[in-house]
Amino acid sequence: MRMANVLQLGIKELRGLARDPMLLVLIVYAFTLSVYTASTAMPETLSRATIAIVDEDQSPVSSRIVSAFYPPYFALPELISPYEMDRRMDAGTDTFALDIPPDFQRDLLAGRSPAIQLNVDATRMSQAFTGSGYVQSIVSGEIGEFLDRYRGTSAPPVDLALRARFNQSLDKGWFGAVTNVISSITMLSIVLTGAALIREREHGTIEHLLVMPITPTEIMLGKVWSMGLVVLLASSVALVFVVQGVLKVEINGSMALFLAGAALQLFATTSMGIFLATVAGSMPQFGLLLMLVLLPLQVLSGGLTPRESMPQILQDVMLAAPNTHFVILAQSVLFRGAGLDVVWPQFLALIAIGVALFYLALGRFRAFLR
Amino acid sequence: MTAAPGPAGDGPPPVVRLDRVGLSYGRTRALDKVTLDIPAGVMVGLIGPDGVGKSSLLSLIAGAHVVREGRVEVLGGDIADPDHRRRTCPRIAYMPQGLGKNLYPTLSVSENVDFFARLFGQGRQERRRRIDTLLRATGLDPFPDRPAGKLSGGMKQKLGLVCALIHDPDLLILDEPTTGVDPLSRRQFWQLIDDIRQERPSMSVIVATAYMEEAQGFDWLIAMDGGRVLATGSPAELLERTGAPTLDAAFIALLPDDKRQGHSAVVIPPRATDADGDFAIEAEHLTMRFGDFTAVDDVSFRIPRGEIFGFLGSNGCGKTTTMKMLTGLLAATEGTARLFGRPVDADDIEVRRRVGYMSQAFSLYSELTVRQNLDLHARLFRLPAERIAGRIAEMARRFDLGDVLDALPDGLPLGIRQRLSLAVAMIHEPDMLILDEPTSGVDPVARDAFWQILSDLSRRDGVTIFVSTHFMNEAELCDRISLMHAGKVLVSDTPAAIVARRSAGSLEEAFIAYLEDAIGENAATAAPAAAPPQPVKEASKAGRPSAPRRLFDLRRMFAYTRRESLELRRDPIRATLAVLGSVLLMFVIGYGINMDVENLSFAALDRDDTTLSRDYVQQIAGSRYFVEKAPITGYDDLDRRMRDGEISLAIEIPPGFGRDVARGHATVEIGAWIDGAMPTRAETVLGYVQGMHQSWLTQKARERYGDAAVAGDFQIAVRYRYNPGIESLVAMVPAVIPLLLMMIPAMLAVLSVVREKELGSIINFYTTPVTRFEFLVGKQLPYLGLAMLNFFMLVALAVFVFGVPLTGSLAALTAAALLYVFAATALGLLLSTFMSSQIAAIFGTALLTLIPAVQYSGIIDPVASLQGAGAVIGRIYPTTYFVTIARGTFSKALGFPDLAGAFLPLVAAGPILLGLGALFLRKQAS
Repeated sequence: MRMANVLQLGIKELRGLARDPMLLVLIVYAFTLSVYTASTAMPETLSRATIAIVDEDQSPVSSRIVSAFYPPYFALPELISPYEMDRRMDAGTDTFALDIPPDFQRDLLAGRSPAIQLNVDATRMSQAFTGSGYVQSIVSGEIGEFLDRYRGTSAPPVDLALRARFNQSLDKGWFGAVTNVISSITMLSIVLTGAALIREREHGTIEHLLVMPITPTEIMLGKVWSMGLVVLLASSVALVFVVQGVLKVEINGSMALFLAGAALQLFATTSMGIFLATVAGSMPQFGLLLMLVLLPLQVLSGGLTPRESMPQILQDVMLAAPNTHFVILAQSVLFRGAGLDVVWPQFLALIAIGVALFYLALGRFRAFLR
Repeated sequence: MTAAPGPAGDGPPPVVRLDRVGLSYGRTRALDKVTLDIPAGVMVGLIGPDGVGKSSLLSLIAGAHVVREGRVEVLGGDIADPDHRRRTCPRIAYMPQGLGKNLYPTLSVSENVDFFARLFGQGRQERRRRIDTLLRATGLDPFPDRPAGKLSGGMKQKLGLVCALIHDPDLLILDEPTTGVDPLSRRQFWQLIDDIRQERPSMSVIVATAYMEEAQGFDWLIAMDGGRVLATGSPAELLERTGAPTLDAAFIALLPDDKRQGHSAVVIPPRATDADGDFAIEAEHLTMRFGDFTAVDDVSFRIPRGEIFGFLGSNGCGKTTTMKMLTGLLAATEGTARLFGRPVDADDIEVRRRVGYMSQAFSLYSELTVRQNLDLHARLFRLPAERIAGRIAEMARRFDLGDVLDALPDGLPLGIRQRLSLAVAMIHEPDMLILDEPTSGVDPVARDAFWQILSDLSRRDGVTIFVSTHFMNEAELCDRISLMHAGKVLVSDTPAAIVARRSAGSLEEAFIAYLEDAIGENAATAAPAAAPPQPVKEASKAGRPSAPRRLFDLRRMFAYTRRESLELRRDPIRATLAVLGSVLLMFVIGYGINMDVENLSFAALDRDDTTLSRDYVQQIAGSRYFVEKAPITGYDDLDRRMRDGEISLAIEIPPGFGRDVARGHATVEIGAWIDGAMPTRAETVLGYVQGMHQSWLTQKARERYGDAAVAGDFQIAVRYRYNPGIESLVAMVPAVIPLLLMMIPAMLAVLSVVREKELGSIINFYTTPVTRFEFLVGKQLPYLGLAMLNFFMLVALAVFVFGVPLTGSLAALTAAALLYVFAATALGLLLSTFMSSQIAAIFGTALLTLIPAVQYSGIIDPVASLQGAGAVIGRIYPTTYFVTIARGTFSKALGFPDLAGAFLPLVAAGPILLGLGALFLRKQAS
C-alpha cells in the first residue's frame, strides 16, 4: 500500500465534492441551521403544556388553582365548560384537563376530602408523565397554602435538596444540539462514501481505477480519510461556532478528546457506507438501505431516549453499532467532562467496530470490483 | 439519393431558419452568430471537427436547449415560443449523441419503443402496428424482450432510431448516430433511413457525423468550425469549391490556416521485424462465459513487441471482453493470457504500471477538470512529481487540449472527451496500450494526429499497441488485424493479405464479406432492410399521431407511470426493501422508543447508617424505577461514578439523620444529585425522587401519629386517557406509521428525476410533448401505490402483531394516509427537481425527512410546546397532521368529523409540493 496513492485518491474525492454546490449547501445546513433549530426548538420537558380547567366551584381556592398555571411550563389555562372537555381532548387541543367539582372548597374545609379530577392525554408520552406530576404538585401546593391559613403549619421534618449535575438547569437545548451534531456526522459520512462509490460504478470510473497500479485498500482508504476529514471539520465548526458560539452551550470536557472519538466513529461509519454501497446494487437501493440503517442508529443509540429503558435484547444488539458507543462517549466527554481514563472502553469499542467494519467492507469491495 | 436542391430560395421554405444564433457555456463560445437556412425535404449533413458546436446547434433546433441569443425558427415558427414549441414538438424527432443515451437500459426493446409511442399519445392498436413495423424494418424483431442495456452499440442506435421514428416526424435530427457502430450495422442503418425517406419524401433529416464517407452521400452539407459556418452546399459543390479530391481533403482545405497546420496524411513506416521473437501479448484459448452465453470463444493470438495490432468486429462480438481479460478486469473462464511473458494477474501492480488502457465508455472523473484528471492519473501511475507538469503540457499539446485544460469533461464534446481519455491512457508512457475504440466520435483531423502519435510510439519507442476500431482507414494502418465475430476470431493477418484473400476492392468489403459469411446467409441481414417500404407506408397513412394536444393527457402520464413501474418491477430488491424494511423498522422503533424510564442506576452515600437512613435508601431501591449499585464511599467516588455515567442518581444522607428526625426540631436535608447530561431522563428521575420522598414522609408521619394526621384533605384522581396503561407501544406505534410513510416514499421518489438527469434520459422529457405535471404525476403514481401497500401492512402489523387496537375510523385513517403519501412522494419529487446529483438528493432527503419527522412533528414532543424555527417547521410539516390523525383513529376512537382540522393541511400539502416541483422543473436544458 502506498500512502501517496491514498492521498491522491482522497484529494480526488475532495475535488469531486467541491463540484457539487447543492451537496455543500446541504452539508452546511446540516451542521449549522439544523443544529441550531433542533437546539432552540427542544422544549423543557414541560413547556407551554396546554391545560384546560373546568371550574365548577368558582371559589377562592379554585381561582387560586387557576391562577397558578402560567408560562413557561404551562400555557395559560383555558376555562371551559364540562361539556367541552371531551371534545377538546379528542381533538388534541389540551394535554391536561383539570376538573374542580362543585362545592370543592366547602367540602375541603369540612374535611370531606373532595376529589379533583385530572385528565391526561396519555398519547403524548413525554408530557403525560412529568406533566401530571407538576400539575399535582402545583395543585397540592396551592391547596396546602390555602389550608395553612386556617391551620397551624406542619412543615415536614426532612427536606430533599435536589441538584442536577453537568447541566444544572436541565436545558434540553444543550442536549438537542449535540445529539444533532452526532446524527449529522453519521448520516453524512455514510452517504458521502457509499453514494460516491455507487456513482463511480454507475459512471464506469471504478473500472478505470482497477487498471491502474493501485489496490482496493488504497481506493477505500482514500475515500475514508477524505470524507472523514470533511465531516470532522464540519462537526468541529458546528461545535465551536454553533454549539459553543451561538447557542452558548458550556462544554465541560476536552474538545480534542471528543474529536478523537469522532474520528474513530467516522472510520467506522465511512467503512459502513462503503459496505452498504457494495450490498446495494444501485443508487435507489442504496437510498432505501440507508434509511433502514440510519433510523435505528439514530433512534436506538441512546441519543433520543435513554438506553436503559429499551428491551435488553435491543440494548445488546445495539452494542454492535458504533453510534451507541459514540453517544456514550460524547455525553461523557462533552457534558460530564470525562477524560480518557473514563471513556477508554468506548474508544476500544469504536476501534474494534471500525476495524471489523473496514475489513468486512474491504472484503465485499474486492468482490464488488470483480 | 435525390438531386441536391440549391440553398434556400427555390423549392419549399426552409425547415430551419437560424438568425444570429449564439450560445456560450461559461467562457466557451459554442456558437457564434450563426445565420443559416436549412432546406426542407432533404438529407442535411453537419460536418466539422469536435467541439465546433454541432451538437449545440442540433439541441437548439430540437428545442432541447433554451435559445439564449438570436432566433431559431423551426417548421415555420419561433422555437423559443412555448406555444409553437408545444405544437411542433410532436413533429420533431431528436436522437442525442451517445450510444442509447435516451434509452432505458432495464426496459426491453419493445417496452422502450412502447414508452415513446405512449408519450406521443398513440392508442393501443396504433402503437402495436407501428412498433411491429419498425422493429421488423430495423431487424430488431427477433429480440423484442431483450433489455436495451444488453444490446450491442449498433442495435442500440437502431433502437434509438425506432424510438425517434415512432411518431412519423417531419424533422428528424440525428446527432452522430453511427459513432461507435460497426460498418455492417452502419450500412444497414443508412439503408433504413433511405427506405424511410423514400416513403416520406417530405421528411427533413439533419445529421451530424464524423464519417466523411457518409457525408458524401448526403444532399446538402454544412461545414462548421469554431462555432461558425464555414461553407454550405452539396458535396459536389464543396469539392468543386476547394478543388479537393475527397470530402476529407475538402474539409481540411476549408479549415482556417492555423488549424490545418501540421496536418498531413498518416504514413506509418514499415516495422523492422525483430528476430528475437519477443511477444508482448500472448493469448491462448481465451474463453469467457457469462452464464450460458459465451462472449469469447477460444481466442488465441500473439502480438510481438512494438506491433500495432487492430481488432475489428461487429458490435458485441467480444472485442471489449477480450480486452478486459487482457487487462485483468475480467478473469478468463478458460485459457491464459500473458503480458510481457507474465500471466495476467489482477493483483499484479507492476504490470499495470506498464499498460495504458482506455475503455469504450468515457470513464474519467466528470467532477474533475481536464488538468486535474491528467494530474491524478500521472500521480497514481507514480510519475516523478517534477516531471508531471511537463508531461501534462506535452499531452495537452499532442491532443490539442490546451484550451480546455480547466474545463469539466461533462461540458465537452464527445470527440474531445475521447482525446482526454487517450491522453490519460498515455500519460505514464506505458510500454503497451490497450485501446478500445479510441477514435469513436473523433474528427478526421484529430484522428490522423492521433494515429501519427501511435505510429511514433510504436516505431520509435517500441510500444505495443492493441487497438479496436470501426474505421477501415485506421484498420489499414495497423500492422496486423483480427476480425472477430460472435466471440470467435474469423481471420487474422495483415490488412493487404485479407483484402487479397477475399479478392475484395477494399478492406471494408472484405470485412463485410467475412461477416456475412459468418452470419450464414446474406438474406438474414439484407432482407429486413429491404422489407420495410410496404409496412412503413401503411404506418404513415395513419397520418399524424392521433392524440389531440391537450394540457394534461392521461396517456402520456401513464407512459411515465408504466415505465417507472417497470423499472421498479425489474428491481425487486428495491420494492422488497421498501416493504419489508418498513415492517422491520416498525418493530425496532415500536419497541425501542420508550418513554417509561426504568432500571435507572443509583447509589447512596449513607453517612448516618441507621435503621431510618437504610429504610430511606431501601425505599428507592425497592421501586421498579431504580436499581441500586454499590454504596458510595466518599465525594471522590461519587464524583467519579457520576462522571462515568455509572450512576444517574446519588443520594447523600447526612450524619445524625436518624437522630435529628427522631427529635424532629431541626430540619434535616437529604442531598440528591442527578445526572443532567440527558435532560429528559433527569427530569423523569427528578419526578420519581420527589414522589418517593413525599410518600416516605407520609408513611413516616402515618407510623408516628396514626392515620388521623394525614387524613386526606383532598384527592387528585388522575385519569390517563386513551392509553390507560401508559404503555409506550400504544403511544408510539401510531406515530411510527407516519414516520415511515414519510421517509420511504420520499426516498423512493427522490431519485426518479435526478437519476434521469444524471444518466441523460431526461432529454426525452425535453423533446417530447409530455408536460411537467404529466411527467411528475406519472412518476409519482407507482410510488403512491407502493406506499399504500406499505401503509396497509403497517396497520395490520400494528393491530395484529403489536395488539394496538384501531378504535376509530379505518376509512378516515386510510384517506389521510393516501393524502399523506401523496405529499411524501411529492416532497421527494420536489427535492428531485432541483438537486444536481443523486448523492445530494439522497442526503437531502435523509436530512429533510428524518429530522423534521422525528423531532418536530409531535412524535416525541407535542408540536404546541416547540419553539422557534422548530415550531414553524412542525406546523407546516405534513407529518404533524398525520400523526394527529393516526393517534386519533388508533387511540381516541375518532372519525372524519373530529379530525377535519387535521385533514385540511394534508389535503393542501400534496398539491402545493407538486406544484412547486412543477415550477422548479425545467422543460429545457439551460
